[in-house]
Amino acid sequence: MLSDVQKAMLKELTGVSDFSKGAFNIRANGASAGRQSTDNIRIEPKSGGAGLDIYIAPGVRDDHVRIPVVMTESGLKEEVFNDFHVGEGAIVTIVAGCGIHNCGCDDSQHDGIHRFFIARGAQVKYVEKHIGQGDGTGRRLLNPVTEVHQAEDSLLEMEMSQLRGVDETERTTTATLLAGARLMVRERLLTGGHERAISRYAVSLDGAGATADIVSRGVARDDSLQSLDLKISGNAPCRGHTECDSIIMDRGHIIAVPTLEAANVDAQLVHEAAIGRIAGDQLNKLMTLGLTPAEAEARIIAGFLR
Amino acid sequence: MLELQNVSFMVGEGGDGREIVRDISLSIPDGRTVVVTGPNGGGKSTLARLVAGIERPTSGRIILDGEDITDLSITDRARRGIGFAFQQPVRFKGLRVMDLLDIASGRDLSTTEACEYLVAVGLCAKDYLEREVNASLSGGELKRIEIATVFAKASKVSIFDEPEAGIDLWSFQNLIEAFRKMRSAVKDSTVIIISHQERILAIADEIVVLREGKVASHGPREDILPSLMGTAIVAPGCPKFIGSAVGAAAAAAAQKEAANA
Repeated sequence: MLSDVQKAMLKELTGVSDFSKGAFNIRANGASAGRQSTDNIRIEPKSGGAGLDIYIAPGVRDDHVRIPVVMTESGLKEEVFNDFHVGEGAIVTIVAGCGIHNCGCDDSQHDGIHRFFIARGAQVKYVEKHIGQGDGTGRRLLNPVTEVHQAEDSLLEMEMSQLRGVDETERTTTATLLAGARLMVRERLLTGGHERAISRYAVSLDGAGATADIVSRGVARDDSLQSLDLKISGNAPCRGHTECDSIIMDRGHIIAVPTLEAANVDAQLVHEAAIGRIAGDQLNKLMTLGLTPAEAEARIIAGFLR
Repeated sequence: MLELQNVSFMVGEGGDGREIVRDISLSIPDGRTVVVTGPNGGGKSTLARLVAGIERPTSGRIILDGEDITDLSITDRARRGIGFAFQQPVRFKGLRVMDLLDIASGRDLSTTEACEYLVAVGLCAKDYLEREVNASLSGGELKRIEIATVFAKASKVSIFDEPEAGIDLWSFQNLIEAFRKMRSAVKDSTVIIISHQERILAIADEIVVLREGKVASHGPREDILPSLMGTAIVAPGCPKFIGSAVGAAAAAAAQKEAANA
């Protein structure tokens, strides 16, 4: 039975409260709290370990699967392995994410290891949110590892967001793309207090016509720290773009390390990185429209992290 | 009524200080279109920024409808009815044109309402509402969006700092029409435009000429404009521009000046 806090976090993670339509698995405090497969999407627990195999049938059109995780028990630590097998030509949205509500004094930690095996021509949208809540002294820790294997002409759009509440996170994302495959990443990070967020990407463009576009936007306020390490390797005629754009506030600390590596003369790789405070003119402009400085700042940050 | 009483503004300090605005006193009654013109570096933009509250005067007072607003913040002045269109519009990563128009009007506008503000500045609205106000927009597009936000705010006193920059001829006609509409939309509202453009000077009720930080002259357009035509202060309109006798006269004067040079 899910608690109200868990239900509220599930709604925030997935955008829905009714899971009856479509495939899903809800993991709450280290155990399955509900699972449903459909004709097109089969969810099977891994034998001998925590995690799931999720099979998405070839040719599926506009289907979706939700696999949120909620933790409300203080002191719980878990490592979960989920593999997504996306069939040829399938078009699917996968909604994942983890919410930790820690009111206790012990650390709560969820490390999700997600592997994607995306077959030729499949189109996947992957949405992952991290939420941290609770006023306990125990920390909320999330260390997601994402491993992506994209076959020819496949598409993966990843939207990742973590807006306050997670004390420490270390995200590692690796991807290999074959010919004609496309990867788009939109990451949003807002840290405050003494939170630390580290995000590393290593994307390998191994086939002709492969493209990657990785955009990370972050706001670090108070005494928080963000470290972003975006690497693209071009091993074929390909195009890669990384953008790391950050707003620094208060006593925040931001490290941006873009890396480009080309091993093919027709690899076109670009990176952009910028760190700066909110421009005075931006605040002034919104104040001339009647907002207070605090309202103006909030609107600027909300827009930046949209 | 907007009054400036002995307003001065100095940048730098001590012996390095430079006075940009020097002891300006000015009264601008309600319901007027006032164009502030003058040579570059004469203090026009600084004066506009002083009224909006972006700069604070070194001395002097600024009075709006009898209330001393000199020490009020930008926000408080905006809420009391001052609007300001920046000369160099600000870019925002993530904020959309629609967001700015909503903020400006103080409510969630319908698409139709938002479109009206953009059409008024010569933009095909549906192409722009969802666009971010970022570097993907050209300087001219940003300028028009900036003006649209001030239209949407519907202020008692709206100040436009060189609104014509980046506005093409076709839109220019619309822009002038939009200024007129804006005046009629807010009862007794005043529009203050910083400009060198003769076509904008031509719609002024009053013209203020600023030179070296001081008011060189101030009066009804009919009195001031003739003395400015053909001088370096006024940028003439295109000679082919139809609909403005002043434009033709200015162009002729410029041609004559060029021939004599």
